Amino acid sequence: MRLDVVLRVTTKFMLAPLLLFALYVQFHGDYGPGGGFQAGVIAAAAIILYGLINGLGPAQKIVPVGLLEVLIPGGVLIYVGVGIAGMLLGDNFLDYNHLAHDSVHGQEWGVFLVEIGVFLTVFSTMIAIYYAFAGRRRS
Amino acid sequence: MITHHLPVLLILAPLLGAILAALSRNGFAAWLIALVASALTAAIAVALLWRVQAEGVISYRLGGWAPELGIEYRVDAVNALIVLLVGVVALVTMIFARRSVLAEIIPERVAWFYTMMLLCIAGLLGMAVTGDAFNAFVFLEISSLSTYTLIALGRDRRALVAAYQYLIVGTIGATFYVIGVGLIYLVTGTLNLGLIVERLGAIESSRALIVAEAFIVAGIGLKLALFPLHAWLPNAYAYAPSSASVLLASTATKVAVYLLARFLFTVFGGDVGPGGIPIGAILIVLSVAAMFLASAAAVFQNDVKRILAFSSVGQIGYITLGLALVNPTGLTGGLLHLFNHALMKGAAFMAIGAIVLRAGTAKLDELSGIGRVMPWTVAALTVAGLGLIGVPGTSGFVSKYYLILGALEAGHGWLAILIVASSFIAVLYVGRFVEVMWFREPAQAARESREAPLEMLLPMWVLAGATIWFGLDAEGPAALARAAANALLKVAP
Repeated sequence: MRLDVVLRVTTKFMLAPLLLFALYVQFHGDYGPGGGFQAGVIAAAAIILYGLINGLGPAQKIVPVGLLEVLIPGGVLIYVGVGIAGMLLGDNFLDYNHLAHDSVHGQEWGVFLVEIGVFLTVFSTMIAIYYAFAGRRRS
Repeated sequence: MITHHLPVLLILAPLLGAILAALSRNGFAAWLIALVASALTAAIAVALLWRVQAEGVISYRLGGWAPELGIEYRVDAVNALIVLLVGVVALVTMIFARRSVLAEIIPERVAWFYTMMLLCIAGLLGMAVTGDAFNAFVFLEISSLSTYTLIALGRDRRALVAAYQYLIVGTIGATFYVIGVGLIYLVTGTLNLGLIVERLGAIESSRALIVAEAFIVAGIGLKLALFPLHAWLPNAYAYAPSSASVLLASTATKVAVYLLARFLFTVFGGDVGPGGIPIGAILIVLSVAAMFLASAAAVFQNDVKRILAFSSVGQIGYITLGLALVNPTGLTGGLLHLFNHALMKGAAFMAIGAIVLRAGTAKLDELSGIGRVMPWTVAALTVAGLGLIGVPGTSGFVSKYYLILGALEAGHGWLAILIVASSFIAVLYVGRFVEVMWFREPAQAARESREAPLEMLLPMWVLAGATIWFGLDAEGPAALARAAANALLKVAP
């Protein structure tokens, strides 16, 4: 689709708002519908859209496969790490009460950090699935 | 302080191990991480069992939330036994796995293989320790998804088909389970198993519970390969990488049996379910069918892995028969057979893994005379085979003895006869590979192979040795199984 000007230009316009909207959904998750999963899917959709229009190669230049393989387990590591932090502070696993000066802020921080982990894993898994399908060659 | 966190540490050790193995991206480092993680898991499992025996039921609240709101991990005599089994098997499998994985898995995928093994272990342990019906579903999915990947990593192209087949069937099973859990939630308003039991008495119409029981028994039945729902198992075990077969054959179906027992006895109340469904009688029929038909199918297989896989379906029949008898002795027999069968099947699949490593094939007609060049390996396979038959002096005899006593206690003398009769079919399939491997002239594959390396023989003989040990001195596992059976039936010990 290298020659299709309309598609390429519209995509270019859409990418930045898509990523911005992903961030909005991510940080709005504390107060209303949203959160890491949805935001991760939206952000991944931006990369996948870019890949659909410009091809797999340019998409992998933005998000290389090696980065994905770090981000997928990395997101889970953040999640588990927050849970263990709660344990080290004397609570049960995934108890965020003592992450900040009082329990309300502690819970807010805990959910905030955990959602970042969710975002990273969902974002990178979605792209990895797309790469796996798009990179398949007939043997 | 650390003992307080034991139930969750049990899950965290393999889960963190899986993350680190994935991040390491190096085959040897991943193996080392997997070994350490599973050693820690086994140690935690032993500590947990110890604590349960000293203090009784352990409850752990995730995130500090009360059981009504959050997830509770609950460990009693029943799941302490399962957790011990999974922990120990995980450790010996990891010791065994290194050589076998080097030969069977593409180098770039070795780290992913160990990641999936550890995730599978984490999922199985999670299913065992959680006291929350929906959380059990989540862990069921974790273990299932990693199992599909493990099977698909097999060298044979048919592994992909086997994995896909299991993916479809396993997903249906998990969906049925979660539909059943949803119905229970509808009538009780809680997902915590303990609270469900408390609130069951107040339910006026049992219709939702009848449907829930049907869905849950069928759903878990698919996962544990209950007789007519077992079609996915032989291919999955036969084409998965050898070390994955060891782990799956000795733990995956066992944890599903545990979940079934938990629902049958604590939620649905034993052999007659809500609305008068004769679930005990249905299970007895299916178990007997498995004992005869699946064992008979094993006789006609050529691939040794498939013989063992069909034998697994048959042996699961004995375990579910123990559950269906609904008396302390029979249930003790069922749980004891669950434990013993896991150990002997682990040893048998390790032996086959070693034979595949050396001879490059698991086809029986190409393996004639292999016992003469790999005596220790085939001896371990033979010991496991004797255990499957239930020869006195092996642990299989002890558990079948309890089952027969349980059948007599329940007043089903004919069942006791069927248990003995079906064991003769095991003589046929075990006898077949024993005869070919020991007594025939060595074939091409046998002449070119040699004894398996020590690091594979050692874990293999730990399990084969346990099969003999628990056949001669059964008091240890029998006491654990009896405590578990009493906890399920709520009989004072």
